[in-house]
Amino acid sequence: MTGKHQPHTHRHTIAVLVDNEPGVLARVIGLFSGRGYNIESLTVAEVAARDNLSRITVVTSGTAQIIEQIKAQLSRLVPVHKVVDLTNEGPAVERELALVKVAGIGEKRVESLRIAGIFRAHTVDSTNESFVFEIVGRSDKIDAFINLMEPLGLVDVSRTGVVAIARGTQPL
Amino acid sequence: MSHDHDLNGAEILLKALADQGVEVVFGYPGGAVLPIYDEIFKQNRLRHILVRHEQAAVHAAEGYARATGKVGAVLVTSGPGSTNAVTGLLDAMLDSTPMVCMTGQVPTSLIGNDAFQEADTTGITRPCSKHNYLVKDVNDLARVIHEAFYVAKSGRPGPVVVDLPKDVVTAKGRYIGPDKVRHKTYKPKVKGDIAAIEAAVELMAQAKKPILYLGGGVINSGLEAVALATKLVKMTGFPFTQTLMGLGAVPASNPQYLGMVGMHGTFEANLAMHDCDVMVCIGARFDDRVTGKTSTFSPKSKKIHIDIDPSSINKNVVVDIPVVGDVGHVLEDMIRVWKAKQLHVDEKALKSWWREIDGWRAKDCLRYTKSKKVIKPQYAIERLYELTRDKDPIIATEVGQHQMWAAQFSKFDQPRHWLSSGGLGTMGFGLPAAMGAQVAFPEKLVIDIAGESSIQMNIQELATLAQERLPVKIFIMNNQYLGMVRQWQELLHGGRYAESHMDVHPDFVKLAEAYGAKGRRVDKPADLDAAIMEMIETPGAFILDVRTDASENVFPMIPPGAAHNEMLLGPEDEAEKPSSEDGMVLV
Repeated sequence: MTGKHQPHTHRHTIAVLVDNEPGVLARVIGLFSGRGYNIESLTVAEVAARDNLSRITVVTSGTAQIIEQIKAQLSRLVPVHKVVDLTNEGPAVERELALVKVAGIGEKRVESLRIAGIFRAHTVDSTNESFVFEIVGRSDKIDAFINLMEPLGLVDVSRTGVVAIARGTQPL
Repeated sequence: MSHDHDLNGAEILLKALADQGVEVVFGYPGGAVLPIYDEIFKQNRLRHILVRHEQAAVHAAEGYARATGKVGAVLVTSGPGSTNAVTGLLDAMLDSTPMVCMTGQVPTSLIGNDAFQEADTTGITRPCSKHNYLVKDVNDLARVIHEAFYVAKSGRPGPVVVDLPKDVVTAKGRYIGPDKVRHKTYKPKVKGDIAAIEAAVELMAQAKKPILYLGGGVINSGLEAVALATKLVKMTGFPFTQTLMGLGAVPASNPQYLGMVGMHGTFEANLAMHDCDVMVCIGARFDDRVTGKTSTFSPKSKKIHIDIDPSSINKNVVVDIPVVGDVGHVLEDMIRVWKAKQLHVDEKALKSWWREIDGWRAKDCLRYTKSKKVIKPQYAIERLYELTRDKDPIIATEVGQHQMWAAQFSKFDQPRHWLSSGGLGTMGFGLPAAMGAQVAFPEKLVIDIAGESSIQMNIQELATLAQERLPVKIFIMNNQYLGMVRQWQELLHGGRYAESHMDVHPDFVKLAEAYGAKGRRVDKPADLDAAIMEMIETPGAFILDVRTDASENVFPMIPPGAAHNEMLLGPEDEAEKPSSEDGMVLV
């Protein structure tokens, strides 16, 4: 395509099952950067040690034609076992984990703890002047939580990126 | 006899190459690959061709692979050896040429230490190879080599790099044969979906203005696919065109052939592509050099696309019926289904379509103004073709104007006789590619049609020709210009010829002699035939320095950013059809 901005871009979550071998993540990332595709988030970890398999979850966006290209390009990487578009194949569950550090004293500190309770975030570290909250959920929930923490002394955020799995009985 | 468990890595490598049927490796030694060269020294089965630059080793392996249909093999050292190979690897990648390139590497203990002649070869070659491996354990070596050959030739072929640390090739380990290796993940689909094939042939039967558009995938698929493509052409009576990479897939002498498609394709091929109602793309990839402006590409047609690489489907042009599979397998099914359904073409419509095409053919778009004073480049190729056609030569080219004239004015009736750098457009490809083909076919006439500038990008290979006694003929179309650059500057940049003229070139005749070859210069049309005959009849390598008209441009031309029906047919069209602003940013 011409690379010009095109309307109707969609966000897709794609699961990729790969051989857990050196360089496999570089192949995937290089494919996205080399061909000008977006990566909104990317997670990777071994999921089946015996079979030496890792699972990559990549959230990307593009037109239908670009998404189709991304899947085709991923599929032709030699160490790739399977590519599944969880957005198309749906329904799927998506989750992200974030660690959120908030520093402050007095009213703000109390308020941050109160909001953490509403969001069902766990407090995993505390000092007299700070909290680290652990929050799990969809990305938009985490966005909302972080936005609320901003005026209450947000100092640091670490997010895992999205992991996702199809609903129902079937494996990938 | 040695036991399978006590071979060193270099022995394992050579045994694996033998089991893969490798007869020739193109290479250049260096520190990291010395143990492998030591093993090569001790045997006589594997022939090693010592090139003068690693880039040439890769192009030679490409020439060898494309002329034979086998997997090319390359062996280079670490660091600069592997980085010099990179251009060739990407060239092979873009033109889907099967190859295994083995690169030396510093010992595993030094990897990452910026050791002498260390390069992150797998990192550098990842985007310019189909796949690559870094072998860290000698016990993986045999498997990796067998896998590498399997990956290189399966599916859409391409180059595979195997990086070999020095300690791995000296360590002792186990050998396993190719029959013990099964690839876990890479199993390309060769059979096309039968429902899609049925839909495709039914669409073809209804076509009023069909065209077959054949690419290099037909040739890559093998000789059976080539025969089936010719059968399909005959069975349907459809007009067909071929891409630069597809030349020779179906004989050019076939009366249904419209000539090459694309930027410098024929008027009739491009207009038939533009006006057709059904396009059958077989083993081609809608490259921008073929399509021109995609938004106006063949606007009225339904498109069928047969390709073994699913990522080629809908990449540049959205198609109606994709068929993912190997060309040979799919064509076999198409012909079978066509016959089983007793389908027939629409004879009446086809007749009127041919009348329309004949009208375009009457334009005689490849005509040029003949001259008695100066050798026209088109005339040079025409004479070369006429005087060598009975010898069935293999033609290699460099990149530029001469390449396009060679494609336009040579007629290929067989596959594997045309070696040109299509996708990457690599100047310096032709001489080493011709060299590789000549290694495979020592008795055959192999000609590198070159430009005086391109040839200098790998001119050092004249020494390889001498050392290996390879009688490659080098036909230099010498116009003192980077001709294609000059042509674009004339058409798109107001005739400001920035750095496209070279005042200084070597005396190619003396250069040939310096390398132990023969040479001759010719600048008069009347002397051309005799000069070509001398080139063919003189034993050994030969440079013919043909001084051609420097002002000649390649026509027809679809200017960058234009559609198939906006072709420039000759100099008289240049002023009338200035290039669009969109086109100025295109390459």
